[in-house]
Parts: sequence; structure tokens; C-alpha cells
Amino acid sequence: MTDMKPVDTSTIEESFIQKDIPESLLPEQALQNGERRTVEIDSHALNFGPQHPSAHGVLRLVLEMEGEVVARAVPHIGLLHRGTEKLIEYKTYHKALPYFDRLDYVSPMCEEQAFALATEKLLGIDIPERAKWLRVMFAEITRILNHILNITAMGLDCGAVTPALWGYEEREKLLEFYEAASGARFHANYFRPGGVARDIPADLEDRIGAWTKEFRAWIDDLEGLLTGNRIWKQRTVGIGVFTTEQALAWGFSGPCLRASGVPWDLRRSQPYDNYHKVDFKVPVTRQGDCYDRYLVRMEEMRESVKIIEQCLTQIRPGAVKVQDPKFTPPPRADMKRSMEALIHHFKLFSEGYHVPPGATYTAVESPKGEFGVYLVADGSNRPYRCKIRPTGFSHLQAIDELSRRAMLADMVAVIGSLDLVFGEVDR
Amino acid sequence: MAFTLATSLPDIQSASVEKGELVVRTVRDQLLPLMQMLRDDPRYRFEQLMDLCGVDFPSRAERFDVVYNLLSVSHNQRIRVIITTDEHMPVPSVHHLWPCATWWERECYDLYGVIFSGQPDLRRILTDIGFEGFPLRKDFPLTGYEEVRYDVELRKVVKEPVSLTQDFRDFDFVSPWEGMLTLPGDEKAHEVRQGIKRTRG
Repeated sequence: MTDMKPVDTSTIEESFIQKDIPESLLPEQALQNGERRTVEIDSHALNFGPQHPSAHGVLRLVLEMEGEVVARAVPHIGLLHRGTEKLIEYKTYHKALPYFDRLDYVSPMCEEQAFALATEKLLGIDIPERAKWLRVMFAEITRILNHILNITAMGLDCGAVTPALWGYEEREKLLEFYEAASGARFHANYFRPGGVARDIPADLEDRIGAWTKEFRAWIDDLEGLLTGNRIWKQRTVGIGVFTTEQALAWGFSGPCLRASGVPWDLRRSQPYDNYHKVDFKVPVTRQGDCYDRYLVRMEEMRESVKIIEQCLTQIRPGAVKVQDPKFTPPPRADMKRSMEALIHHFKLFSEGYHVPPGATYTAVESPKGEFGVYLVADGSNRPYRCKIRPTGFSHLQAIDELSRRAMLADMVAVIGSLDLVFGEVDR
Repeated sequence: MAFTLATSLPDIQSASVEKGELVVRTVRDQLLPLMQMLRDDPRYRFEQLMDLCGVDFPSRAERFDVVYNLLSVSHNQRIRVIITTDEHMPVPSVHHLWPCATWWERECYDLYGVIFSGQPDLRRILTDIGFEGFPLRKDFPLTGYEEVRYDVELRKVVKEPVSLTQDFRDFDFVSPWEGMLTLPGDEKAHEVRQGIKRTRG
């Protein structure tokens, strides 16, 4: 990284400029019209990633170092850019949905929820009660999935190996719930505009209920490993501090904003689906450092378990899709007997439904923060424009501000605490 | 709120509630005063710029919409500010109001070619190094123009024009029963039928 500064020679002492360099070896800039210039060169530029395991994906971070202190951090993104928004413009609404699983692949169902809610808003349909409860329940399962991976991976970056080993075991149980409901462990494609893809198997509610009882003890165990751990605290307390004003100005959301002392949660302030019917607390901390972001996520997992339990007590049997054949496919059995159902099925999966013209910005509280979809419909069967507002984009942008004058080793803690997933940052 | 906004500053084209969301349309020159007011006025207090994006309408004279989605944490309120521009007219940058605008503006420039004046860091952000064109414009083909592959002999990644074994299939979903009223060779009989339809309508 070169930084050229023209220097007024009259104010500078002759001794400042090295005389023992012959003129032929000086760079061109040094002698222009007989005017002397000094060229400051900082030779410590460090490439962090894109292959670094602590870069959480394909982040390339160019760090300008002064010794071991980070003077400037410049993130380079776009290595995972797949043109999702362009692809969605060429697909029907139904076929656009699976792209959302592949954005933030650590919390797929919450992204689906944003798109499903946006489409439903434009269509003007309201989904059945059971579908809402299923969505809330699986969104919270997704939150726990995400937070487990984030906390344990951040621990791994800071040298704690055990949480990751324990965390994967617990994630496996949750992914089995995913699989039982949707048929897939990650790319679920489960929340659809108009409800959810299908009802959950008969025994799944009991299995989730049994899991909630034992999961609390697991969080206590995890906390025993990290929260009071001296090394963990040395690595995270006071690192990457962001004040409330900074966090707001840089567009933070989710746990990162709450760690900076803003009691803001879209599930509470702008509730969607059935979040207004459940009782939960919004954890807020004040310091805004990496340790606080970790604490907020820990508390959120406990709250999520509470929400899942409330979902299980309040959920009742019923329809899981809008009972309108223009939006939701008919049951398989009907298609064998009813001509009407067969035509509807064919039309839905070839042409899809037409969405009336309009635009909406619909946001959900994804585990990482505000995940929004700005959807513009023109009355055809394909979105005219589908802007995805990724959460990590604004978090990553602030990394220079966040890590100013930090040590090199603190960078991994900062990156880990921001919870970045490049599927959604790069889209 | 829509009413106070519509009357508070000149050149606000419209302020309305569309599908329960507050939408303000204004002109480029009035963007900065409006944004400044929306952020600092205690009645609005939109502390956060959550999203900035472009939308392309090639048939219009000023083909791009630039859409700002703001969020007020203190009033629990969202607002959408929309301005229009074309390929050449610069939009004033809002990065000094919200520092996070820099990347959003870079993204909008990268994907649509919208120019932001006063933005010191207007570089491409998402697309590949050396990429040309603005991929999210409606006249940019979905498949793009170039593809890359690793050449074993040259030992480097080479760029080539896109070659597809199968063309992109853009289906016209208008059913022949609804769209194409006259089947070839059936014109005469059809005129009669259409006549019947007309008398019915």
C-alpha cells in the first residue's frame, strides 16, 4: 500500500531526506521539476483469507498492519456472488423460493420466511393458524441452529475446541427435525407463500417437546465452558466495541445491535406470523463488545426454547396451507381423481400464480439480524425485482471501524462475533 | 405522517401509504435535504438506513428507481424514499448521513450503473475483477456474455464468450386458449366466432 504525500520542501529539514540514495535510483515521483517529495510506504499489508478457516467462508480481508496492530481493514467481497437476484427475476415465485435457502445457509428457514411473507403481502392472503405456529416454531429452531454454530465456531477461532464438538451433536438433533418436516437437512424449501410445504409427521411434536426439556441443561453446560472462562473473556471482553450511535449509523441489526444497548427486535416491535402470541424476553447488553454479542446470543437461545415450548402447547391440528387452489397445490390423492385438481397442479408448477402489481419491503428477524426482501411485482408470474437485504453486508462493512487499532489476533474474534455467512453477503 | 411529509419540503412528488408502508417519492436535488430532515428531525428520527437498491424500468425516460428503506428505531417506523435517475445523471450520495450507505451505493453502481456524486469509494463490489456491464439491468442477458474456465495448457483461468449447449428457455405461459385466438388456417371460422363473442360482450 503506497501513500504519496507531497511535502513542502521549505518547511522540512534537509536531514530528513536521505542523501545517500543516488538520483537515478529515486522513484520518478521524487524528482519532478526539481521538487522533492517523500514517499511513505507501508510494507505490512496482510491478506486474511479467502482461504483462512476463521474467515467463515470466502472473506478476503486486506489488513494494513503496524507491527501487530491493525491500522486498516479492507474487506473484499463478491467471491461467492451468484447473481441470485437476477436469477429470481427469471423464475416464478414458487421456483424463486429455494434460492433463499442458499443465501444464509446456516439459517435457511428464516430467509424463506421473509420471501414468503413478502409474497403473501402482495397477494393479500392470510395463512392458516397451524402454518403460523409451524413457522414460528421452525424459525426458532433455526435460530438455535444458527447460534450454536456461530458461538461454537467463534469459540473454535479463539482456541476453544470442545464447544464445537458438543455443538455439532446438538445441531444434528435439530437437523433431524428439519429433515422430518421438510425432507432436507439444510435446504429445506419448507415455508412457502401460502403456508408451509406439508404438515409435520405425527410424532414430531413429541420429539421436539422431549428435546426442549434436555436442551436447557445443554446450554448450561456450554455456558460452563465459555461464559466464565478466563481465556475466553481475555479474547472477547473489550474487543470490537461499538457504541449505540455507531451501531445505529452503520445499520446494525439483530444480536449485534442489541449488544450495543438498543432494545430492538422485529419479533417484538413489528411482529409477523404468530410472534405477538408468544411471550419472550429481548436480551440487551450495554458494552457492545464481542463478549456481549456472545452473551446476547446465549440468552436468545434460552428464549427460543421458551418460544418453541409455547408453540407446542398452542399448536392445534388444522390446515397448513391456504385453502385456495390458485396458490397451493392440491393433495396428491385428489389429483388421481379430480380433473380440476390436476389442472390446478399443472398450472401452479408450470405457470405459477400471478401477483398483482405493487412493492413491499418485508423484513424478518433472522438469527443474524434484519433480513429484508424488497419485492416489486408487475402483475406477471415472476418477480419484477427482488432485492435481498442481507444482514451481514452492513455488519461486515463496519469491520474497519470495529477493529481499529485492534491486534491481529482480535480480528478472528471480531469476525466471529459478527456472525457472517457469505452466501447472503455476496448473494 | 404522510401528510406532514408531503407538505414539509418542496418538490415532494407524493407521500402515501402503499400496502401499509410509507412511501415518499421525490426528485434528485431534494434528496439530501429530505434525508437530512428524516434523520435529524425529532418527529421522524430515521436513525438507520437498512437498504438501498436500484430498480430498472427500461421503458421510462429516467429508467432507474433508487430506493432507500429507512428505519426509525425510536418511533418503530419504516419509510421508503424513491427517486428516479438514468445512466448519466448522478444521485447525491448519503454516505455522510449514514456511513453504511457506502457499500449499498457501491452495490447499486455495480449492478445498475447508477452514479452517486460525492461518493469517494465508488468501485465495483460484488462482480468479478474486470467485469464489464451492469448485470441487473433488464437488457443484460441472464446468461451474461463471458464464461471462465481453467485452461490446463495455459495454466490460468481464461475468459471466453458464453457458449450454451441449450439456449435459455423463456416460456410464454399465455395459454393458447387465452392468448392466440386465431389458429393458422382457421381464420375464417374464427372471425365468425369472434363476431359471436363480440355480440355477447
